[in-house]
Amino acid sequence: MEDHNTNELLGRLLGPAGPEIGCDACFEELDRFVDLEVAGKDADAAVPGLRAHLEGCPACREEHESLLELVKSDEKS
Amino acid sequence: MSATTATVGLGMRSSPVAPRTVLDPESQELLEARKSSGRVYDDACARLHELLLRAARFEVARRRRGLAAGEADVIATEAADDALLAVLRRLDDFRGLSKFTTWAYKFAVYEAAVKVRKHAWRDRELPVEEDVLGALHGGLPGPEEDVEMRERLGMIAAAMDSALTPHQRRVLVALAVNGVPIDVLAERLSTTRGALYKTLHDARAKLRSHLEETS
Repeated sequence: MEDHNTNELLGRLLGPAGPEIGCDACFEELDRFVDLEVAGKDADAAVPGLRAHLEGCPACREEHESLLELVKSDEKS
Repeated sequence: MSATTATVGLGMRSSPVAPRTVLDPESQELLEARKSSGRVYDDACARLHELLLRAARFEVARRRRGLAAGEADVIATEAADDALLAVLRRLDDFRGLSKFTTWAYKFAVYEAAVKVRKHAWRDRELPVEEDVLGALHGGLPGPEEDVEMRERLGMIAAAMDSALTPHQRRVLVALAVNGVPIDVLAERLSTTRGALYKTLHDARAKLRSHLEETS
């Protein structure tokens, strides 16, 4: 077990309570979602269910974090 | 069709097609080049590969997980190669709803992330958990842990035993308790990330529902 925080364990077991999209739909929408975030727009309203999916799926969450940081670094340069 | 209800959308691949918006010059140039041949096409592919390699290196550097420098570079290059093939195969799917670079980057980030996860687990066996309660208690910090929390975990373990199928239980324990990356589990079970997440989603929903009914 990598994480010893009990609340986090419960969160991983029960997952996000709200409606969420799946991994494939997340991948399809991720670029638009990230560009909206970087532009300061309401990405959550534009792609409902994606944020909840990121809470429930560590792999998609990691890829979202990386893409967001990568696009932000492009914006700065 | 909405892709945002609790179940609809899981496993779905594509979204409704939206009209393409005005493209930035770099995106336009790359997209136009695919209609060309010879040197123009090759140059465009080389520029695209350079873009993807940068994204793959960025991801590998963030998630090195014990990789040696040489291994990291090999993984990043392989990820960029695979991402280039994926981008070229799916160019017609680009809807112009994001920058082309962001759209292309996501393929490289995905390929690199998956390769790093699989590399980290290449010599590891999947944990076998027959005792769900033992697996859950294995994650607790120690005997001083809140009694109420232990009781809650006991209820969850009982719910997992009675409400879930053996496959759902195995997937939930592997992903949520033992921290097996979903791509690694998908490969070992000969399935896909999307299909596996659907199993995880259904298991979580059944677990929540069972707990609500019994509490």
